[in-house]
Amino acid sequence: MSENVLKVENVTMQFGGVVAVDNLNLEVNKGEIVALIGPNGAGKTTAFNVITGVYQPTNGAVWFQGEKIVENHPQGKMKQQYKGEHAGDYPQVLAPTPDKVTRLGMARTFQNIRLWKSQTVFDNVLIAKHCRATSNVFTATFRLNRKEEAQQRENVLELLETVGLADVKDELATSLPYGKQRRLEIARALAAEPQLLLLDEPAAGMNPQETEELTSFIGGIRDRFHLTVFLIEHHMNLVMKISERIYVLDFGKLIAKGTPAEIQNDKRVIDAYLGVSEDA
Amino acid sequence: MKQTSKKSTWMTLLFVAALLAVVVILENVLDPNKNIMVFTALKKGAVYALVAVSMNLLNGFTGLFSLGQAGFMLLGAYTYAIMTIPAAQRDAVYYIYNGSAINFSLPELFGGGPVGLVLGVIAALILGGCVAAVVAWLIGLPVLRLKSDYLAIATLGFGEIIRAVFQWDKLGPVTNGANALKSFPTFSNFNIQNAGGETVLRLSTFMAFLLAGVCIAVIVLLINSTYGRAFKAIRDDEVAAEAMGINLSRHKRLAFVISSFFAGVGGGMFAMFANQAQAKTFTTAMTYEILLIVVIGGIGSVSGSCIAAFLYVAASEWWLRFLDAETFIGGVKVPLLRNGFRMVVFSVVIMIVVLFFRKGIMGDKELPDRFNRRRKEGAAK
Repeated sequence: MSENVLKVENVTMQFGGVVAVDNLNLEVNKGEIVALIGPNGAGKTTAFNVITGVYQPTNGAVWFQGEKIVENHPQGKMKQQYKGEHAGDYPQVLAPTPDKVTRLGMARTFQNIRLWKSQTVFDNVLIAKHCRATSNVFTATFRLNRKEEAQQRENVLELLETVGLADVKDELATSLPYGKQRRLEIARALAAEPQLLLLDEPAAGMNPQETEELTSFIGGIRDRFHLTVFLIEHHMNLVMKISERIYVLDFGKLIAKGTPAEIQNDKRVIDAYLGVSEDA
Repeated sequence: MKQTSKKSTWMTLLFVAALLAVVVILENVLDPNKNIMVFTALKKGAVYALVAVSMNLLNGFTGLFSLGQAGFMLLGAYTYAIMTIPAAQRDAVYYIYNGSAINFSLPELFGGGPVGLVLGVIAALILGGCVAAVVAWLIGLPVLRLKSDYLAIATLGFGEIIRAVFQWDKLGPVTNGANALKSFPTFSNFNIQNAGGETVLRLSTFMAFLLAGVCIAVIVLLINSTYGRAFKAIRDDEVAAEAMGINLSRHKRLAFVISSFFAGVGGGMFAMFANQAQAKTFTTAMTYEILLIVVIGGIGSVSGSCIAAFLYVAASEWWLRFLDAETFIGGVKVPLLRNGFRMVVFSVVIMIVVLFFRKGIMGDKELPDRFNRRRKEGAAK
C-alpha cells in the first residue's frame, strides 16, 4: 500500500443540532489527485475547513504525513447534543491554527477568491513565502536577511514563470481576469511550499475552455512540484479527467468512493448528484 | 524594476539629507526669537510625524484600528523625563513629595557633558519606547482578540486609564502626581554654545528632525520587509493570510508592540518639545489629532502622514494664529476675529480637505511612487 499523505478518521462536524459532516473517513495517497464531490451543502467545504484547521471538528482525527495533527471529542454542551458515532474514541484535543497547518505543508485555495487586493501579483506570491522565512523581525528590518530575501524573490519569479503569470507580475492582483486570478491563487498556495495542495472549487465560474486549461495546469503542477492534490469541484469533466479517485459526499455522509469509472456507474451517486443525461 | 527601486531609495535618502541641511541652515540664519512659531511648528511637526507614522503602521498597514497612541506617548514621555532630570534638580521638581524616589539621571550616568547628554537622551528615549512596548505587549494579550471598533474602544479606554494612573497621588515620588515633570534636557540643550554662553550653532530643530527621521526610516524599512508584507496581507484579508501560514496573533502583537515602541519614543520627544511632561496633556484629543493626521495624509502612506503632520501643526499653531487676535483695520474692528475663532476655521478647513481628498493627500501611495509615475507618463508622451 502506498504511503498516505492525508487521512481523515471518523470526523464529525456538528454545528448545534446540524451535522454538517458525519463520520467522514478518507485517505489521500502520495502523488494522487483525489476529488471530493457532492451536491451543494453536502459538507465539502466544511470538510476542507476541518482539515486545514479553520474549524475544530466535533469528533474525530486528521492525520497528515503519518502525524496526527487534529483531534477532538465532544465537549461541554455538545456531549448531550452529539449525534455522531465514535464518541470517546478520541480523548486528546489537538487544534492547530490554520497557519500552523500550512507550515506543516498543506496549502489551500478558496472557493471565493481571496487574494490580497491592494498587492501586486508578485507581492501576493511573495507574501506566501513569509511563512518559510527564517529571519526574525530585526534581521528583516535591518536587511540582514538579504540573501534569503533575494532567494525568495528569485523563487517567486520562477514560480510565476511556471504558472504563466510572469508578464503581469507588476499588475494589481484584482486587475487580472478571473481565470488568471484563480491561477494566481494556486501559485500563491504553491509558494508556501506544500506537499499537499487543497483546491476548493478551482474551476468555479470558468468557461469550458478555461476549465480545459485548468485541468492540464493542475496535472502539470502536480508532476512538476511532486504534489498531492485534493480538490472539491463541480465540473465533472475536470473531475473525471484528472482525478485518480473520487469521494462523494451527500448530507455530510460519504456515499461512495472509487475510481472515476466506478463513480460514474454508482447508482447512489447518480441519484444524489450526477443525474441521468437526457438522451440516455 | 530593481534598478528603479534602488534609484528611488537613493533619491529618498538624498531628499532627507537635503531636508536636514535646510533645517540646520534655516535655524541658524533666521532669528529664532523673532520666528518662534516657525520652529515650534517644525519641532512639533517632526514629533507628530513620527507618532502619526507609528499609528499608521498599526491602522494603515496592519488594519488594526487602535486609539491608544496618546497613552503610549505618555508612557514614553514620563519614562524619558524620570530618567533624565538631573539629580540636583530633583528636589525642586518633586517638592510636593519631598524629593524623587529615583535619584539618578542617565545623562549624568554617561559622564555628563555633551557626550553624556547625547547618549543619555537617546538611551532614555529608547527606554521610554521599551516601556511603552512592554505595556503594549501586556495590553495586547487580551485586547488584540477584538476586531475593528471594539479594539478602538478598548485601546481608548487604556489611554484614559493610564492617564489616571499617572496622576495618582500614591505614585507621586515617581510620577510627581498631577504636577508636571520638568528641568530635563530638551531640544534646545542641543544648541552648541561657546565658552561665553553664546549660542554658536543651533541644532535643536535639527535634533528633532534627526531623531524622528531615524525612527521613521526604521519603520519604513520594517514596512518594506517580509514582516511588513505580512502585515499588509493581514490588513487585506485575514483569512487568506492565516491560510498562507501567517500567525495572526503573533503578527498583530508584533505590529502593536512596534507601533507602541515608536509612540513611546515620540512621547519622549514630545516632552523634549514641550519642556515638560504632564499626564493631562496626553488626552484622547491628542490621539484624535494624530488620527486626523493619518487620515488626512492617507491611510497606508508614510510620506502622507509626514506631510500631513507638518501641514496640520503649521495650520493649527502658526498660519491661523491671526484669527485669534482682535484686529482693527482703519479703526474698524474686523468681525468674527476673536480668541477661539482659529479652531472654527481650522475645523472647516479639515472638513474641506476630507471632502475633496477622500483618500487623504497621498492615498496609499508614497512620494517616490508619485514621481515615478509622472516620469513614466512623461516618457509615454
